[in-house]
Amino acid sequence: MNMRQHKLALCADHFTEWVPAQVEKSIRKYRMFTPEDLVLVAVSGGKDSLALWDILLRLGYRADGLYLGLGIDGGFGYSDESQRQCEAFAKSLASGYQGMRESGNQEVEAPVGQGVPIQDPVVPDTQIPDRWLPKLHTLSVPDAYGESIPEVARRVRRGRGKPCSVCGLIKRHEMNRIAHEMGYLVLATGHNLDDEAAVLFGNTLTWQVGYLARQGPVLPESDGFARKVKPLCRLYEREMAAYCLVRGIDYIYEECPYSFGATSIAHKELLAEMERKSPGAKQNFYLSFLRAKQNGFLDDRHQELAPSMHACERCGQPTTAPGLCAFCRLWVSVEKR
Amino acid sequence: MPKIFYRDKEWEVPTNITVRDAIKKGDLNPETVLATLDGKLITEDIHLKADDVVKLVAVISGG
Repeated sequence: MNMRQHKLALCADHFTEWVPAQVEKSIRKYRMFTPEDLVLVAVSGGKDSLALWDILLRLGYRADGLYLGLGIDGGFGYSDESQRQCEAFAKSLASGYQGMRESGNQEVEAPVGQGVPIQDPVVPDTQIPDRWLPKLHTLSVPDAYGESIPEVARRVRRGRGKPCSVCGLIKRHEMNRIAHEMGYLVLATGHNLDDEAAVLFGNTLTWQVGYLARQGPVLPESDGFARKVKPLCRLYEREMAAYCLVRGIDYIYEECPYSFGATSIAHKELLAEMERKSPGAKQNFYLSFLRAKQNGFLDDRHQELAPSMHACERCGQPTTAPGLCAFCRLWVSVEKR
Repeated sequence: MPKIFYRDKEWEVPTNITVRDAIKKGDLNPETVLATLDGKLITEDIHLKADDVVKLVAVISGG
């Protein structure tokens, strides 16, 4: 694997050691979590999230998976296939990773609160007693709330045209709720450097100072919110696909049917063109942004002006909106129609 | 001649061409794909043989 931005080319064996070492560096550099913390990895069946779960386990972290079934079909059973990939990967973990800091499996409490059904976790069969036994938790949005993401999006103003906004809102709420209720301090997502650079590019084009100030590898925990971390933030998307190929991690190759024409993909293509002409351009763009932020380029004034949080009257999760949070307002508007 | 497959596209390239140049012949940016031969990842500097069948894997995903 040739990584032109690092002026580094590695064989398969060294590449699959180099990637986890880079992830470990990021975890430590940005103080994401420690080996004692319980980490919930949001898995989608795609390359980044499955690779992340594999890497965290290989590094000896206590990481479980969470899959949210969104009920997206797209003519080829997108959600069903994504879930199948996640479950197959979870089952394969028994023999698929090596390395462990310490022994011990910890039972995770069953969900409390709203009684939303979470399926029994998928747990790999293993004969090895002294290591973390990762679990895959699954929640089906259509089963839990009665409607798939595209169905909800069709019925509310927020979803007009494309369901991505509704999807993002529901995923953020449910991931946070489940992490919180099941006792996970940290929620890890598979965002890679290309994802982060594309978001940064979009927010810079329109100078979304609030978003720029919040963007980073770690969003600290606060009352009712799990800490959110992006351990792959210094790795290229290309490297994550290569890692899966070399490690034999099977992932869903098909894209979400609603992602075609997405602005984020257009931004990624532009950045890839810059990268082709100038290796390291994406990396420099993102990492110099993080350094500029650290040096005070964006001060905290906007955060001081941010409205205070309070508990949503319906679900209890923190929100800045008076009364109900955006997630509950969404379902109230669905119920009215 | 070596054959290149990418999604629903396929094209032939001259023997002994590098993988990187074979990708460019398909109007693709080499930064956005990975090349595999017999299911294994190959590097862009490899010269293709006459009967090679290369499958390209997209690396850009949305979200």
